[in-house]
Amino acid sequence: MRRFFRIVIPFIFFSLFSVFAFAGNEKEGKGKEGDFDALEMIMHHISDSHYWHIVSWNREDGSEAEISIPLPVILIYDGSVHIFMASEFHHGESVVQKGDHYFKLYKDKIYVTGPSGKLTLNADGVPLNTKPFDLSITRNVASMWMSVLIILALFISAARKYKGKPSMPTGMQSLLEPIILFVRDDIVIEQIGEKKADRFMPFILTVFFFVWINNLIGMVPIFPGGSNVSGNIAFTSILAVFTFLLTNLNGSKTYWKDIFATPGVPIPVRVILIPIEVVSIFTKPFALMVRLFANITAGHIVLLSLTSLIFVLKTIYISPVSIGMSLFMDMLELLVGLLQAYIFALLSALFIGMAVHEEEH
Amino acid sequence: MYTAVGLGLIVIGAGLGIGLVGKGAMEAMGRQPEVLSKIQTAMIIAAALVEGVALFAIVLAWLVS
Repeated sequence: MRRFFRIVIPFIFFSLFSVFAFAGNEKEGKGKEGDFDALEMIMHHISDSHYWHIVSWNREDGSEAEISIPLPVILIYDGSVHIFMASEFHHGESVVQKGDHYFKLYKDKIYVTGPSGKLTLNADGVPLNTKPFDLSITRNVASMWMSVLIILALFISAARKYKGKPSMPTGMQSLLEPIILFVRDDIVIEQIGEKKADRFMPFILTVFFFVWINNLIGMVPIFPGGSNVSGNIAFTSILAVFTFLLTNLNGSKTYWKDIFATPGVPIPVRVILIPIEVVSIFTKPFALMVRLFANITAGHIVLLSLTSLIFVLKTIYISPVSIGMSLFMDMLELLVGLLQAYIFALLSALFIGMAVHEEEH
Repeated sequence: MYTAVGLGLIVIGAGLGIGLVGKGAMEAMGRQPEVLSKIQTAMIIAAALVEGVALFAIVLAWLVS
């Protein structure tokens, strides 16, 4: 019982006081501008940005202060490349002049404007100005590079130990070895078959760890994490394109025969069947893409909504509910992060296995 | 408003589908615990496919609205 109170009492205190601080801010800062906009806050958090946001608060006089790392902007417009830091935008307040062109940041997107920086908005509040081709190192890109470095560091340190005489696994090796063996035995060999497993093992293993590490980094709420990499449709679509290419470029005779000349099916039925089979080539990787994107983004949205609950209802008494539910969702998202990495790897292996499978007589 | 009704229907369908997959898998596991891991893999694949259809519908509902 004492142990129970030791956990519960700090929890209640923490949840009440942290919200006092938050709620106080709310009154001074945003109060003038109107109500707290939960949707805008959530959309800002799950979308990409040219700044790596660390912390922001409201000063005594009501003005907003913020600490964030500006990231490099790389724009290609009108045949020339412009490289500068995002800090030149001053969070969208000033217009950046590069050569003859003027660029302005508006809601995390860069637009081409005149010298005055005026944007023409349509009825939905979306600017009609042209957009330059944006190759910036945004928050998602920087975060993805960080996860690449983490994976390289983990795996190179583990792989080094396999040189020389075989010995007992130590350190990082003993953490990674069971997971790698799991991916090899339960995903790759089971779905693709022993004979061709070695060819596809590197891809499946990379995808598994890349998705998993990115999911976990997305769960970290403070500075080096918090980006929504695996909840970005571009990220998941590229991974799905890799699976699509590997599936179809390695397709065996049997695979293509099953699509275009399904054995044992009369010709009139084939007329209906062939379009369905052809569409299914594309829907499989599309489902992969949407599944990962939707699952991770939904998790982020639910977590942010639970936090917004305090500001929307404008009461501190909801905070134990909000924080308790957030904790529960965090735990669930840790599971979902692993499960989605597993499902992505498993379905990729399944599709590849179906494509490389040769008919045996 | 129609989107909200549609999303509700999607959730009903997906919940029913994944629930049936789980039910089938659990019954099979109870009958044959020795092939538990194989049933688990098959269950996750089937659940993922059901979920895939539901996500298609959600994305379409979002695009249409």
